[in-house]
Amino acid sequence: MKKFARHAIFYAGLLAIWALLAKLRVWPSYVFPSPWGVLEALVAGFKDHSFWIAIAVSMKRMLLGYALSVVLGMILGLGVASNKFLEETVGGLLVSLQSLPSICWLPLAVLWFGLTEKAILFVVVMGSLLSVTIAMETGRHQIPKIYKMAGRNLGARRFRLFWHVLLPASLPYIVSGLKQGWAFAWRSLISGEMIFVSLGLGQLLMMGRDLNDMSLVIAVMILIIAIGYIVDGLVFKTIERRLQQKWGLTPAT
Amino acid sequence: MTPNPASQPSFSEHRSPARGGVARWKSGAAPAVLPLPAASSTPKVWLKDISLTYRGNNGSRLLALDSINLQVKAGEFLCIVGPSGCGKSTLLHLIAGLHQPSHGHVLVDDKLVDAPGTDRILIFQELGLFPWLTVGGNVEFGMKMTHVPKSERQEKIRYYLRLVHLSQFQNSYIHQLSGGMRQRVALARALATEPDVLLMDEPFAALDAQTRDLLHDELERIWAETGRTIIFVTHNVREAVRLGDRVALFTFRPGRIKREFDIDLPRPRHLEDVTVAKSAREILDELREEINRSLEAEYGFEVRQ
Repeated sequence: MKKFARHAIFYAGLLAIWALLAKLRVWPSYVFPSPWGVLEALVAGFKDHSFWIAIAVSMKRMLLGYALSVVLGMILGLGVASNKFLEETVGGLLVSLQSLPSICWLPLAVLWFGLTEKAILFVVVMGSLLSVTIAMETGRHQIPKIYKMAGRNLGARRFRLFWHVLLPASLPYIVSGLKQGWAFAWRSLISGEMIFVSLGLGQLLMMGRDLNDMSLVIAVMILIIAIGYIVDGLVFKTIERRLQQKWGLTPAT
Repeated sequence: MTPNPASQPSFSEHRSPARGGVARWKSGAAPAVLPLPAASSTPKVWLKDISLTYRGNNGSRLLALDSINLQVKAGEFLCIVGPSGCGKSTLLHLIAGLHQPSHGHVLVDDKLVDAPGTDRILIFQELGLFPWLTVGGNVEFGMKMTHVPKSERQEKIRYYLRLVHLSQFQNSYIHQLSGGMRQRVALARALATEPDVLLMDEPFAALDAQTRDLLHDELERIWAETGRTIIFVTHNVREAVRLGDRVALFTFRPGRIKREFDIDLPRPRHLEDVTVAKSAREILDELREEINRSLEAEYGFEVRQ
């Protein structure tokens, strides 16, 4: 509760400074919107359903692209980890590719797929695929050897060894890879939507810019933060915490 | 120290209900854990001229085991002692089929060992219990891998957890247990696949004295009840004399069998028995030289000064 109080004080202070600056009219309102302006934009956006539609469109792309990259990433990661040659060559390439922001794939994607949903999906997939792949690969290598030996010792072979020992043993790594993959996919999606105009949160952001409506811009930014925070902070953190408690990686509080 | 640690009231792990009623899990409708037929003509485990060479990264070769010849009878409790680095753990891995010897053969029931099999279960020094499974899940694992039907598995989980006094902890996770309890989970997990041969790699090395004494009693009792063949590796000579029918003494690098000792002291024995101490003394005198060699290899010449 003490922590909550500290947070409340901090954000109340932040809001007060913002309101004060807006009240003093240091900058015109189309450059520096006021808190109540942003609140109005938020309410209006939800009221005329434009926010709901944007969220729905963005989330649909996100889920589709993310699901695709999780499946592909797991297959790719396991494939790479299964072979020393692949690991050195493909694995190395993947790591270097990860330093490329995924929005850089957009020009190519538009060329290949045209101005379609596929192009934006491609950018999302490229954003998270590598994280998932690399996490799967490192997961396979970080597993203590003792688990594999114990599994073999107790009669597990091939697929059953993979399914009942190697996969659960690498679960903590897989989950952190999935989490990172989600964060990358989310960033990629928004940047993609900002450039490649179609429905979605990113496009709403650009619309605010075109209309000189900074209240709308800030309102959408808050939305993007909120969605990212909810998924990361609630979904993934909960899974991680449960896993850690079960495994005894952190003391249960 | 109290002569019989089993009756120590201060032993905190033993809040479990079965303690004190030795007869309780002996009787009743137990699943088939019948004693195996004792001494037959062929040895249960037969190590024929085993050698193992490691190849280092820089191309160097290290002879870890050298011409090991050893026969273990069915139902025998064999202890292997030697200084650390004598390859005794490696030998257990070979018998378990996790590695192959460079030379020679491991025979179990006259059949060549070339892969892991559930007729020989190794309890690792680091245990290797699965943290993502409950205690019950760990005990079930080997049975699941060998396609034991589900209802039978449930029955055996209960039976073997009772055997190691962990019935109450079936649904706990491994990290919630103490060291001695984890040790007993590993024992139950190994026994549940009903192996003929139990291979134990310094299982009690990391435990406190009281817990170890208690587990000695339990292991001896389980061994007597189930008639398994046990090959038990330790660096503790007294422990070897306390438990073993026979003690094989290994040399330091390369591991060879220096001498074998038959321990025909009456059971139950105890670590503090004078006879145990005396036999241990005799073995320790032989071992001293090997320990010094291992210390020298590890610490260089500092030891001599």
